[in-house]
Amino acid sequence: MHLQRADNHTWRKAKSGLASTVAFFSALLVIAPLGLVFFHLLVNGASSVNWNFFTKLPTPVGVPGGGMVNAIVGSLELLALAAAIGIPVGVLGGVYLAEYGSARVNSLLRFLADVLNGVPSITWGVVVYGLVVLRFKGFSAYAGGLALGLIMIPLIIRTTEEVILLVPNGYREAALALGVSRWKTIVHIVMKTASKGIITGILLALARVGGETAPLLFTAFGNRFWNHNLSEPIAALPLQIFTYAISPYDDWHRQAWAGALVLVTGIFCVNVLVRILTRGRTASIV
Amino acid sequence: MANPDPTVAERVERDTEPAPSPEHAPLYTFQVKNLSVWYGEKRAIDDVTLHIASNAVTAIIGPSGCGKSTFLRCLNRMHELVPKTRVEGTVLLQGDDLYSNSVDPAIVRRRVGMVFQKSNPFPTMSIGENVVIGLRLNGVRNQKFLNERLEKSLRMAALWDEVKDDLHKPGTSLSGGQQQRLCIARALAVEPEVILMDEPCSALDPIATAKIEELIHELKAQYTIVTVTHNMQQAGRVSDYTAFFYLGRLIEFGPTTKIFTNPSQRQTEDYITGRFG
Repeated sequence: MHLQRADNHTWRKAKSGLASTVAFFSALLVIAPLGLVFFHLLVNGASSVNWNFFTKLPTPVGVPGGGMVNAIVGSLELLALAAAIGIPVGVLGGVYLAEYGSARVNSLLRFLADVLNGVPSITWGVVVYGLVVLRFKGFSAYAGGLALGLIMIPLIIRTTEEVILLVPNGYREAALALGVSRWKTIVHIVMKTASKGIITGILLALARVGGETAPLLFTAFGNRFWNHNLSEPIAALPLQIFTYAISPYDDWHRQAWAGALVLVTGIFCVNVLVRILTRGRTASIV
Repeated sequence: MANPDPTVAERVERDTEPAPSPEHAPLYTFQVKNLSVWYGEKRAIDDVTLHIASNAVTAIIGPSGCGKSTFLRCLNRMHELVPKTRVEGTVLLQGDDLYSNSVDPAIVRRRVGMVFQKSNPFPTMSIGENVVIGLRLNGVRNQKFLNERLEKSLRMAALWDEVKDDLHKPGTSLSGGQQQRLCIARALAVEPEVILMDEPCSALDPIATAKIEELIHELKAQYTIVTVTHNMQQAGRVSDYTAFFYLGRLIEFGPTTKIFTNPSQRQTEDYITGRFG
């Protein structure tokens, strides 16, 4: 057996080293923006994140202080509306794709869901503007929630389908062999087994739409005051950041930085929660 | 019942060739007549007529792909989970036609339980929940009744003494052999009339296998058992009747002692003696 090094050993080693170095720096380039963004937000926004930010309404231009409590609460209300639309439709759609339907129809539906996932989010805003805002003659929290919910649906459909397909067939057979009906098997055995994965998909979809600005521009519209009437325009954190960031005032800029920091931290926390939920069971199962 | 009742054996032997007369019906749990099954264009079972005796163990043997699992699954309509299957012929369970239009497959499966090759306790449930889930999902709410049935089923599956203090632990925390007995207990809890076993020991070590075989032996006093096995010795040890399938056809059926000592078909003898398969 030949154990001698081949003649071109040094050259091959050099190529290998070069390839891993390039790969390493590419990986660094991927992570770098996240670090830079977070660093920038901390430098510019941390000083404005204080108790007032979470408890006070925005102040008029020139009046120092104030906060974004209405935008934070507004965002939560919009997310609740979006969840009410996106979760049931998305989860049931995912269950349909995984458990029912013919192969041909399902591959078409899957393709359409993927296309919808790629639709720019502002398009959803325009669609809801046409469907709801024009018809009911006004911007509203309902319209904003609907736009966000529509974005969530294809996301949740695909993740739910994937985790349900991961549930081994043996569990379905075992339940059916006990004389349990098909839908009870799906609800009590299959969905229960996949519940962590389904919840993960829902949380990721919420985190994704929580930061959306464009679909809210002509649906929820934004509001500088408290609004608890869901058929009126409502404030949202990303919208408020947008409005403040493009304004010419320095203290509004500071508020925008603070808002962005809070938003990114919130989304970061959801992602950490997802990691905790899926810990130790990575890809294998749900 | 260590040995099959000789009169039963004789009658089965006599009746397997011609169609049985109706007065013999109570003797058999299943009467399968001219059963054929297709998966799409492929014919998996070809014109099988077979009567399965009550309170006895019937083993189905044959090489891979001979249709034995398909045949077993036709007895509780589990094969319908595979798309594009088609069945011809009749299967009577205590005289009831399983394939009549008005029959709900869920009801069939409540009467005909099944244990699978790979033990499959539900991973989200405790040992206790696993046993009673069939009853719970079929609408039983009475906790006292569930507890009684839980203990009874685990005792029948010879698992009670090993798990009685750990009923709240996950079902998947048990060893492979215990998991398989848990699955048997789960099947017993809904009180079926028949238990189908699809190679129940093929993933188990010899000691766990011996326990399951002993259990099969005890259970036949109350249940009719049909088991598919790849293991010839196991078929010889546990069964009263043996059916040999080859290429979707029933080649030979009779008392196990006869099949193993004096088979009437050449193919059966070749398979049993290990010349092919």
